[in-house]
Amino acid sequence: MTREEIKDVILEIIADIDEEADFAQLDADAPLRDQLDLDSMDFLDIVMELRKRYKMQIPEEEYPQLATLTSCVNYLEPKLKDV
Amino acid sequence: MHYTPLDRAQSQYDVIVVGSGLGGLTSANRLAAAGHSVLLLEHHTQLGGLATWFKRGGHIFDVSLHGFPYGMVKTCKKYWGKAIRDSIVQLQHIVFDNPQFSLTTTFSKEDFIRILHERFGVDQAVVEAFFAAVDAMNFYDDQSLTTRELFARFFPGRSDIHRLLMEPITYANGSTLDEPAITYGIVFSNFMNRGVFTFEGGTDKLIGLMAEELLAKGVDICTGARVDRILVEDGVAVGVAVRGREIRAKAVISNAGITNTIDHLVGPERFAEDFLSRFNQVQVNNSSCQVYFGIRKGETIADIGDLLFTSTADEFSSEEMRRMDTKSRTFSLYYPRTRPQSPPDYTIVASMNANFDDWAGLDKTAYRAAKEAMIERCFNDLERYIPGVRAKVDTIESATPRTFHRYTLHTKGSSFGTKFEGLDISRSLHKEIGGLFHVGSVGIIMSGWLGAINYGVIVANDVDGYLRS
Repeated sequence: MTREEIKDVILEIIADIDEEADFAQLDADAPLRDQLDLDSMDFLDIVMELRKRYKMQIPEEEYPQLATLTSCVNYLEPKLKDV
Repeated sequence: MHYTPLDRAQSQYDVIVVGSGLGGLTSANRLAAAGHSVLLLEHHTQLGGLATWFKRGGHIFDVSLHGFPYGMVKTCKKYWGKAIRDSIVQLQHIVFDNPQFSLTTTFSKEDFIRILHERFGVDQAVVEAFFAAVDAMNFYDDQSLTTRELFARFFPGRSDIHRLLMEPITYANGSTLDEPAITYGIVFSNFMNRGVFTFEGGTDKLIGLMAEELLAKGVDICTGARVDRILVEDGVAVGVAVRGREIRAKAVISNAGITNTIDHLVGPERFAEDFLSRFNQVQVNNSSCQVYFGIRKGETIADIGDLLFTSTADEFSSEEMRRMDTKSRTFSLYYPRTRPQSPPDYTIVASMNANFDDWAGLDKTAYRAAKEAMIERCFNDLERYIPGVRAKVDTIESATPRTFHRYTLHTKGSSFGTKFEGLDISRSLHKEIGGLFHVGSVGIIMSGWLGAINYGVIVANDVDGYLRS
């Protein structure tokens, strides 16, 4: 997957979790949590959905790497390079 | 509902969930949504665990539908769907009445800031600093600060304020002033978010909708199916023994109490010494007593509020609140608006905290007398809020810690799971025995309707990770 495709996947998963999420003003380098009203339960949902789609295991200690859209893409890029 | 007779259940599933409290139901729902085959086993004839109801004298009585935080709206929408979310409505009038103060509130942060400032004369900056402190609390924070110390820091010597802040939480989760302040702060701020909410249609409707959702996702549900043992082979959970049948699974989630799970369903001999020594520190929380009043059809009562925190005790004391003859109780009022789809019905549920041991040893005569005395105390208190209510009541029922024990099987009839130390045991169970998970009220935080559902989601994520590894 390209970085752009990974970004779209993340946004699609977030849109499924919170249909009122507005991505128009989203700053890719600022925490998703502050901008989209996501809580720790929402991040758990993202992790579970990634595991379901790509059989990807994300250990709990690595959850902080999902903080911003850019850090998500950086973290997932090597894991999804063959998808 | 089309439940599965136990003898028709398959011999193998991905996951077996033992117990159908809100945590077990939610784990089952999440795992089925993720594509796993799920069997849900419940010993009682009804699903829901302590999220339950019963019918008596033509009335429906809700046992634990007293009010939950606004967080339920988002949680229900995400994990149970819109139909359930759309039935959540706010309770407008929360009443406090005790020798120190009487007031009505929405139990929201905005209203509490106003009350603390105007009514209790606390400086606005102090009130805001207190809310900032509790809002910032996380469950992994320092546990050395107790709630008593937290209150002393912001409101020294103000036993009236301590009561206002603490009494509702002691009813909500059995906590005391001497427990970690974080267990108080997290639960209190959850409620303060926007106030107190309820489920329109009653507990029976909620659990019915949840059961429909599970069946639609292909979950097999067996009621009247009390699990004897969780089967462990070579340190890994492989299924359950239930009423003479062995059913295999790749993972087992126990939604029994954590103490029941280790002491009875698995057996302590399966665990390592150091885990057991930590487990032995776990204290189960207190139990409850309730008295249920049904108003004769055709009669009405005035709207005196939705949830009343009442006491004639001079000051707040969690110890006093657990006594058999406590002067402190909540009244949950259910008006016809609780079940708008049904013929008008008024019910009132008085709830008290209680010690299991006070009730456990009573012989038949003493037990009956103690229940009668409790009903009488509740009637006397209720008369103060609804004069003439005795003449309108046509149905009375009561429950004690023995009743809670009978229906939930919880150790000592615990109503709120365990104290704080139970959380770590629950979370680390699968590190001791592969494929064995626990969901249910532990550590006070994962307690109540919202805590139980959210914990069900957290555990489902663990189990999904295990199954896909």
